[in-house]
Amino acid sequence: MKKLLVALLVAAFAFPAAAFGADTIKIGFNIPLTGDIPKVGEMSKDAAEMLKEKVNGAGGLDVGGKKYMLDFVYVDNEAKAESAVNAALKLIEGEKVLAMVGPQGSGRAIPAAEVANNNKTVMISGWSTNPKTTLDRPYVFRACFLDDFQGPVAAKFATEQLKAKKAAVLFDVASDYPKGLSEFFKKDFEKLNGPGSVVAYETFTTKDVDFSAQLTKIIKAKPDVLFTPQYYNEVPLIVKQARELGYTGPILGSDSWGSAELMALCGDDCKGQYFVTHYAAAGAKGATKEFIDAFNAKFKQIPDDVGALTWDATGMVLAAIQKMGAISGDLPKDREALRNAMATMRDYAGITGKMSFDGKTGDPIKCAVIVKISDKGEFTFHESVCP
Amino acid sequence: MLETVIQQALNALQLGSYYSLIALGYCLVYGVLLLINFAHGDIFMVGAYIAFFAATYIMGQHALIPPNSPIMVKLVFAGFFALIVTAAVSFAIKKKPQAPGRKNYSYPAILGGIFITVTAAIYYWGQGMKLETGADKILVFAVTMPLTMILTSVVGVFIERVAYKPLRLKGANRLYVVITALMMGIILEYGNLSLLGTSRLSYPTLLPRVVFDVAGAKISITKLTAIAASFLMFALLQWIVTRTKLGMAMRAVSYDKFAVPLMGIPLDAVIVFTFFLGSSMAGMAGMLYAMNFPVLDPFMGALVGWKAFVAAVVGGIGDIRGAFVGGFLLAFLEVIVAAVFSSELRDLISFTILLGILTWKPTGLFGKPKTTKI
Repeated sequence: MKKLLVALLVAAFAFPAAAFGADTIKIGFNIPLTGDIPKVGEMSKDAAEMLKEKVNGAGGLDVGGKKYMLDFVYVDNEAKAESAVNAALKLIEGEKVLAMVGPQGSGRAIPAAEVANNNKTVMISGWSTNPKTTLDRPYVFRACFLDDFQGPVAAKFATEQLKAKKAAVLFDVASDYPKGLSEFFKKDFEKLNGPGSVVAYETFTTKDVDFSAQLTKIIKAKPDVLFTPQYYNEVPLIVKQARELGYTGPILGSDSWGSAELMALCGDDCKGQYFVTHYAAAGAKGATKEFIDAFNAKFKQIPDDVGALTWDATGMVLAAIQKMGAISGDLPKDREALRNAMATMRDYAGITGKMSFDGKTGDPIKCAVIVKISDKGEFTFHESVCP
Repeated sequence: MLETVIQQALNALQLGSYYSLIALGYCLVYGVLLLINFAHGDIFMVGAYIAFFAATYIMGQHALIPPNSPIMVKLVFAGFFALIVTAAVSFAIKKKPQAPGRKNYSYPAILGGIFITVTAAIYYWGQGMKLETGADKILVFAVTMPLTMILTSVVGVFIERVAYKPLRLKGANRLYVVITALMMGIILEYGNLSLLGTSRLSYPTLLPRVVFDVAGAKISITKLTAIAASFLMFALLQWIVTRTKLGMAMRAVSYDKFAVPLMGIPLDAVIVFTFFLGSSMAGMAGMLYAMNFPVLDPFMGALVGWKAFVAAVVGGIGDIRGAFVGGFLLAFLEVIVAAVFSSELRDLISFTILLGILTWKPTGLFGKPKTTKI
C-alpha cells in the first residue's frame, strides 16, 4: 500500500513535468508580496500575470518557430535582504528558472544580484536604481535609470524650476536606495549651488515613524527645498510632520514615491509636490495608454511605475528569449545565450520609454520624467529629462 | 537656540507619552502576575486598528456597510455589532456566581452595551459624521477614544482567558506563560496580516489641525492630546493602585498570590481587571499613535512595544512611577542623541546609557529588590 502511494506521488509530480517540461519557459519573480512594501509586490505580480495571459492567450511565445507556454513562479522576499537571497537561490537552484525578474528595491536587489551572477543566471530588476546592483555583474540587468542619473535630475530640477539655493535631505541611512540617492543628490546640488548649499543632511533608520527631532533640525537650517527619497509608507509621515512643525516649502521626492498607494495614505498633504520617476500615468499615449487601460480594466486601479517597469523588464526578457532563436533545453547553455541576447538589446520600445543596452553594463539608456501631484491627486507629467 | 531646545523637548515628550502608556501596561501585568506580557506591543497594534475601524464606522465610511445601503441593513449590522461586543464584554468580565455578597462585575458589560448603542444611535442620527465642522470631528474623537479602550481591553482580557489562564490553572512555570505571550503577539501580527491583507491603512484626521506656538516651537493639538493623555492616565493609575480597594487587592495579589484567595479576594477578577486596565491603555496609546503617525501596519507594535518594555525595566518594572519615568527617559535620550549627534547613533548611545543605569541599579530606577511590586 505504502509503495503504491509513493509510486502514485512520484507519478503525480513527474507527470506534469514530463508533459509540459519541454514546451514551457519558466521565469521566476523575486518580489515583496508581504513586508514593508507589499504594494510593490502586488503591482509586480499583477503586471506579470497580465503579460503571461497575453502571451499564453496568443498560443505562447514564439522562439525560432516553436511555441512555448510561459510559467511564472512568484516567491515572496518579504522586502528583506536575507529573504531576497533565499528566494533567489530557491528560484535558480530549486525551480530552475531560465531568468529571474526582481527583486525590485535596491536593498534586496543588490544581494540577490550577487547570487544570480554567481549562478550565471540572468536577473533583471524593474525598479532598482542603485548603481551597485549591476556593477561588475554581467548577468544582471535593470529596466530603469540609475540613481547617479536620478540624483542630478532632482538636483537640477530643484535648482532651476523650484529656484532653490539651499536644500535639506532626510533619508533612511539603513537602506541602500535612499542612502545612495541622497549622496548623489547632495553631490550634484552642491556642484550647482556651491559647497555647503545642502544645509541639512539628516538621517533615520528603517521602521522609524517619528522624524520630529530630525525635522526640527532641518527647519532650523531654513532650506528652500526638502528632498526625501523615501518609500510610499514613510512619505506621508514625513510630509505631515514637516508641515506640523512649520515647514512650508516644497518637498521633492524620487521614484520610490510613485506608488498607487501614496495618495491613499498621504491625502491632501502630498498634493502639489514633485518627484522624479519613470513614467506618468496621467496623459499617457500609445502603447503606454493601452497598457494602463488594460491594467485598469483588469485590476481596477492605475498601474504605478513598478507595474509598468515589471511589464517592461519581463517583456525584455521575453524579447531576448525570442532573439536567442532556439531553446536547447540545456539550462546553463540557455542561460548563457539569454545573457548574450539581453546585453545586445537595442531600442526595445517599452511602455516606460525606449531602452538599449550597450553590451558592457546591464544599465539601460533611457529618460526620466518629473511628475507633479495634481490637486486631484493624479501623477501628471511635468517634464522629461534625457541623458 | 532656545526655540530648538523647546521644540526637541516637546518632540521627546510626545514620543515618551506612547512609551509610557505602553510601559504602564507591561508594568501593571508584571506587578500583579509577575508575567511579562510580550503580546502587549501587539495589543497596542490591535488598539490602533480598532481605533481605525471605530472611527471609520462612526464616520460612516466603513467598508462593510456602504453609506448608501438600506437602513435595515445598517440597523441589523449595528444591532449585531452591539450584541457581539456586549456579549464579549460580559464574557470577559462576568464570573460564575461564587460567594454571596460578591460584587457584580456585569455592570461594566451593561455600560459597554449602552455605550455601543449610543454610538450606533449617533451614527444613524447623523447618517455618519461628515467631518465638516470641528465639533463633528471632536465628537467622533470623543466617542472613538472610549470605544477603542473598551474594545482593546476586551481583546486583552480575551487573550488572558484563552492563553494565560489555562496555563496558570495548571500551575505552569512562568517561563511557559512568557513564551505563550510571545506566541500570542505573533499570532496577532500574522492574524491581522491574513485578515486585512498587506496594504497599509491611513488613519483619518480626527482632531482639527491646530498648531500652537510655544516660544517659537510648534506643537499640534494631536501631539498635545497624547502628552496630556499619558499624564492623566498615569495619575489615574496611581490613584487606582494606591487609593482604591481594587488597587489594594492588586497589591495584595502581587504580595502573595496564594494567601489572597483565602482572604476572600476574587483572584481571577483582580487579574481580569489588571488586564482590562493595561489593555485599555494600550488601546489608548494605539489610537493616539495612529492619530500622529497615520499609517497603520500589522507590525507597528513590535518595535514600539519592545522599546516600551525596556523603558519599563529601566524604570523598575512593577512600579508605576518607574514605567512612566522610564518611558520619558528613553524618549528624551533618543531625541537628544538624534538632535546632538546623528540618528545612526541614536539606539546605540541611548541603549548604552540604559545599560549603564541597569548596571548601576539592577532593579531599575524605582524598583526595590524583593518587596511588593506595583
